[in-house]
Amino acid sequence: MKWIELKDIKKTYSGSPAVRELNLTIEEKQFVTLLGPSGCGKTTTLRIIAGLEEPDSGEIIVNGKIFFSREKGIYVPPEKRKLGLIFQSYALWPHMTVRKNISLALEQMRLPKDKIESIVKEVLNKVQLSEYIDRYPSELSGGQQQRVAVARMIAAKPSIFLMDEPLSNLDAMLRVDMRTELKRLHHELGSTTVYVTHDQVEALTLSDKIAVMDKGILKQVGTPEEIYKRPQDLFVARFVGSPRINCIEGNLATEGSGRYFKTGKIKIQIKNEAQSKMSTDSLIGTIRPEDIVVSKVEKPGWIKVNVFSVLPAGSETILSVKQDTINLSVKINGFTDIRMNESVWINIDPLKMNYYNKETGKLVFSYFS
Amino acid sequence: MREDYLVLTNLIKHFGKGSQRITAVDNVNIKVKEGELVTLLGPSGCGKTTTLRMIAGFEDPDEGDILIDSVKINSIPPNQRPTSLVFQNYALFPHMSVKDNISYGLKINHIDRNDIKRRTAEIINLVGLNGMENRSPAQLSGGQQQRVSLARSIVMEPKVLLLDEPLSNLDAKLRVSMRLEIRKIQQRVGITSIYVTHDQEEAMTLSDRVVIMNEGKVQQEGTPEEIYAHPVNLFVADFIGKANFLPAKVNRVYESKKVDVELFRKRLNILIPFEEWKFRVGSAVLVVIRPEGILVKARGKGDYNGTVKETVYLGSKIIYDIAIDSELITAEIPNPEESERFKVGDIVGVSFKEHSLHILPAEK
Amino acid sequence: MKIIITSLTYQDYDLRVVRGARLGAFTLYHYLRVFTGNLSYSLFVKPFINSLLVGFGVTVIAMILGSLLAWAIVRTDIPWKKFLDSVIVIPYMMPSWVIALAWIIIFKNNRIAGEEGMLTILFGITPPDWISYGLFPIIICLGLHYYSYSYLLISGALKTINSELEEAGSIAGLKKSAVLKKITFPIVLPALGSSFVLTFTRSMGTFGTPALLGLPVRFFNLPTQIYASINIRNMGDAYVLALILVVLAAVAIYINSRIVGVRKSFVTMAGKGFKNRYNRLGVWWYPIAIFIILFLIVVFLLPLVLIAWDTFMLLPGDYSVANLTTHFWVGESKYNIASGEPGIFKNPGIWNGVWNSVRLGILAALINGFLGLFIGYAVVRNRGTRLSKSLEAVSFASYVFPSIAMGAIYLGMFARPMGPIPALYGTFTLLVLIVVVKNMPFSSRTGISAMLQIDKSLEENARIQGIPWFKSFRKIIFPLTTSGFLSGMILTFITSMREFSLIILLVTPTTRVLTTIIFAYEDQEEIQHANGVTIILIFIIVFANFVVRKFFGNKSLTGLKES
Repeated sequence: MKWIELKDIKKTYSGSPAVRELNLTIEEKQFVTLLGPSGCGKTTTLRIIAGLEEPDSGEIIVNGKIFFSREKGIYVPPEKRKLGLIFQSYALWPHMTVRKNISLALEQMRLPKDKIESIVKEVLNKVQLSEYIDRYPSELSGGQQQRVAVARMIAAKPSIFLMDEPLSNLDAMLRVDMRTELKRLHHELGSTTVYVTHDQVEALTLSDKIAVMDKGILKQVGTPEEIYKRPQDLFVARFVGSPRINCIEGNLATEGSGRYFKTGKIKIQIKNEAQSKMSTDSLIGTIRPEDIVVSKVEKPGWIKVNVFSVLPAGSETILSVKQDTINLSVKINGFTDIRMNESVWINIDPLKMNYYNKETGKLVFSYFS
Repeated sequence: MREDYLVLTNLIKHFGKGSQRITAVDNVNIKVKEGELVTLLGPSGCGKTTTLRMIAGFEDPDEGDILIDSVKINSIPPNQRPTSLVFQNYALFPHMSVKDNISYGLKINHIDRNDIKRRTAEIINLVGLNGMENRSPAQLSGGQQQRVSLARSIVMEPKVLLLDEPLSNLDAKLRVSMRLEIRKIQQRVGITSIYVTHDQEEAMTLSDRVVIMNEGKVQQEGTPEEIYAHPVNLFVADFIGKANFLPAKVNRVYESKKVDVELFRKRLNILIPFEEWKFRVGSAVLVVIRPEGILVKARGKGDYNGTVKETVYLGSKIIYDIAIDSELITAEIPNPEESERFKVGDIVGVSFKEHSLHILPAEK
Repeated sequence: MKIIITSLTYQDYDLRVVRGARLGAFTLYHYLRVFTGNLSYSLFVKPFINSLLVGFGVTVIAMILGSLLAWAIVRTDIPWKKFLDSVIVIPYMMPSWVIALAWIIIFKNNRIAGEEGMLTILFGITPPDWISYGLFPIIICLGLHYYSYSYLLISGALKTINSELEEAGSIAGLKKSAVLKKITFPIVLPALGSSFVLTFTRSMGTFGTPALLGLPVRFFNLPTQIYASINIRNMGDAYVLALILVVLAAVAIYINSRIVGVRKSFVTMAGKGFKNRYNRLGVWWYPIAIFIILFLIVVFLLPLVLIAWDTFMLLPGDYSVANLTTHFWVGESKYNIASGEPGIFKNPGIWNGVWNSVRLGILAALINGFLGLFIGYAVVRNRGTRLSKSLEAVSFASYVFPSIAMGAIYLGMFARPMGPIPALYGTFTLLVLIVVVKNMPFSSRTGISAMLQIDKSLEENARIQGIPWFKSFRKIIFPLTTSGFLSGMILTFITSMREFSLIILLVTPTTRVLTTIIFAYEDQEEIQHANGVTIILIFIIVFANFVVRKFFGNKSLTGLKES
């Protein structure tokens, strides 16, 4: 069931467009992430849904009710939208205790006192902060403040959860824990969630669907797997995945009976089903670092490369290898005895390649479907 | 290459008085070879920064000695020690140019003018700041500022270079590339270095050896691989990477080389990682298995059966939370193929890669 | 330091003076006289009540004006934001009684000698006494001056509020008015509290305006009563009244700290993700913008124009062209004009005053600048120790003393030699001393905040590279604090130049400064001279401020915001 519909949303700040003709539909109970670099318009989009910004044009419909429509002249102010929002700064009111921070919205709804009390206790219990009920925000650690912000949001039982980079102010370890926490919360409460982040790991981990944005344009909407395996353009391909996807510039060539993607000593076969789709000659081929296999001994048809850095990270090791002027990242599992400046041989799985038009950056062909 | 180039023996440092007294550094012994990069790794408050500051001379040890190149330096003031410190926040002089920041220390020490020129130029070239000599720090990016800071320390030609979380102020992407940068510069100069960080990935990537500290004590030291594969205790295992800890009982001991343990009603054969560790039949142990040491297969094809509770897709890998009996284990499958994917609620077969198994005595 | 400590221990000292004032024996004579004697009503009760009325009246007007302006300029989409933000504090740089001078020009009635005001002359309206003199004009004139304190403090606080806090209120379902009441207001409460204390203590201790507008109708408040007592050499009474002023100020500070002091500041909450978004004014855009412009004209341009114009009038009150003259600026002494006073540019007394004022300003600025820097360094580098805390407290001590009371105390302390210190009364040194001490709270705060911005590791790094302490202070700390240092200096310069209430009791004919010269002329009904000297004074202040801003950036008033 459609829950949030954004139609032709446009927003301009003093002449420069922040969001351009954005169309996005979010289903009920879905967890959707707006992913992109800073300044891509993701936060503006979120604030438009919340009603904190008024778009220049377009329409917003939530659960059948029009929240905003330029043509019909409708604008529902944020306090009437019954949404929940977690700010990047948490925006906890510094002059109020944790209890008061949570209960303010409930008092506004004129709930009876004992009801408010029990809701406050319940949500604090849910975020495991019961004993901090009478503290002030400044007396809490960053992680605890974050959880108070979560509690404050869920207490009012909003129809939509909006979250603006809620984890970006936490340190790495805590971020991972809170990620799990948010995912569990979404499972438990099943509320429709719009989540803004620039961290692709967060997006992949949490989302049912990811909407990738750049410069105010919605680039691609899809499941984490679609986004990762079949990025619609080079921007998405480069933005998602760490280490960054390998991009190889090359040309199509025919050798014998086969068609190949070639550059320097690198030669990758193009399967039959792909050949008809390749309309242009100059392409950029991409391959994920984990789709390149390394060998310390020479194997027929493999490409000889020079290792110029080895970065172990425990469960995996990232190699940077060089073939002439082409640099490639390779991900291997566990530790390795390959050392800097050694020569090794690599193999690129032709079926894992995606091909993009060099001019437009758009996807030409992907084996993944 | 001299062994025992930097030696810390029985270092102890207390802070506070009376009941408030905290032992920040508790009997620390570390030996560093010439040209080696050793990382002090641990959570905040573990004593790593205090140890570093004692080497730099900003703190005096209560007990113990610090030797560099066989010379005891305990009582030498910081400005006369053969060490140099790179700060977390770079500590560049904002009113001086890049070049002046780098050469200021040389000028103060009355080095010959031509010498200063040559050394400064060399170092600017080494850290890749050519063309930025006359900029002021405010005009540089975070990464470039850190290079200036590094250059400023190296130009003094210290015997030991100390680095205090030098990358923690940079954003995530830059941090990764600067790790490599620092490592390369360190290897090219061949300078003995002590690197303090709380980021285990950084420690893994950079170091020849890692010293893990907690509550003022050294927990373990070794190469990144040794520590990852054979942590000596729960703290180290948990701090470095992710791990599953499964309680089990020892069934049989083979000449203190191997043990059989019983886990989920099946026997597992595990190597004893350290000779000095003794196990008795019947004693409680923890089986440690990293998420990537677990194989997930179709139902019935593994050693155990479990139920998938959660799946997380990360592109290059997929993470499953699987319940076996009452235990929840996390498995990480690199580069998943279509055919091997499972959904929440599926019953799957689970096996452990034998060489990934590690054993710890159960802690009380 | 010693001086401040001495001023702290003043109460004992004052008791001794009171006792010794008659026959050198112990006596409560003055206290009895002031509080219970026959004269108590006119000597104490009435001035006391008047002082309270002035204090509260001014504070209310100043705070309403200041906070409305601050809100409009910081939190709305009003046009010319930057311009307004810098222009609106200009009245702060002018002496507080400039508006009072302008008031007299417009509203003067025939109650006292001299020509009547513009209103009577041009429109034939004779304003009643309560408009021309006394409580009402005093409150209005001071309110129009002191709003700048509230503006600076409250706009500073508003700038640090993350607008996400207010947005979170909207999301929680609060209406705009509820957001203002439940979120914005409580967060700026500490700033409101400090501007209350600052405005209240200042307006209680100010002398110029009450003297100009009050004395002609025998309206006395505590400062003018102290002045009157000292003029008739009744020191004992003066000290008791000064003491009462100090107690009043202390009570205000205490109440403030009880009400808002618990969670002193919320500023630290900002952190990452800080955003400041403007409220849209919509239809109010024009009225509010026009109001602010009009307001600036009334408090800033109008008084200056009136005062300047007045100086070119041969006979006060005659607005015809034929009456214009430059005599008061460049004329030689003439027996039939202005009691034979020569024009301002040819008047050695005035030149001496200019020299004294500038000298006082520069000396105080230098001393305060360096002291502030060193105190800042000592306080910041020893953070957390008792030394640091007491140093900070001591440098703030003079905050408690209303200006005129402090002047009276110094008069008592330095009228006679004290131990190794000779009798300083009548010397220029005493003026410098009291101005420096009075400005200490601001300059030390400027110093502390400048030092806080320098990370300790900069110094540690210098040490590691073998640079000795003094050299690292000179070469690294000092250059980095230049802007804070200069802003502290210009602030001190401005306040010392326009200082009046503080030094009126301590000035003797040889140490006259511009402000006391103005007062003397006004007292003798030499209106054109008074106004002319005022123009000179303002010109010097504005010029000095302009020079500093031009060469060192626009930072001169940041020191005040820190307080």
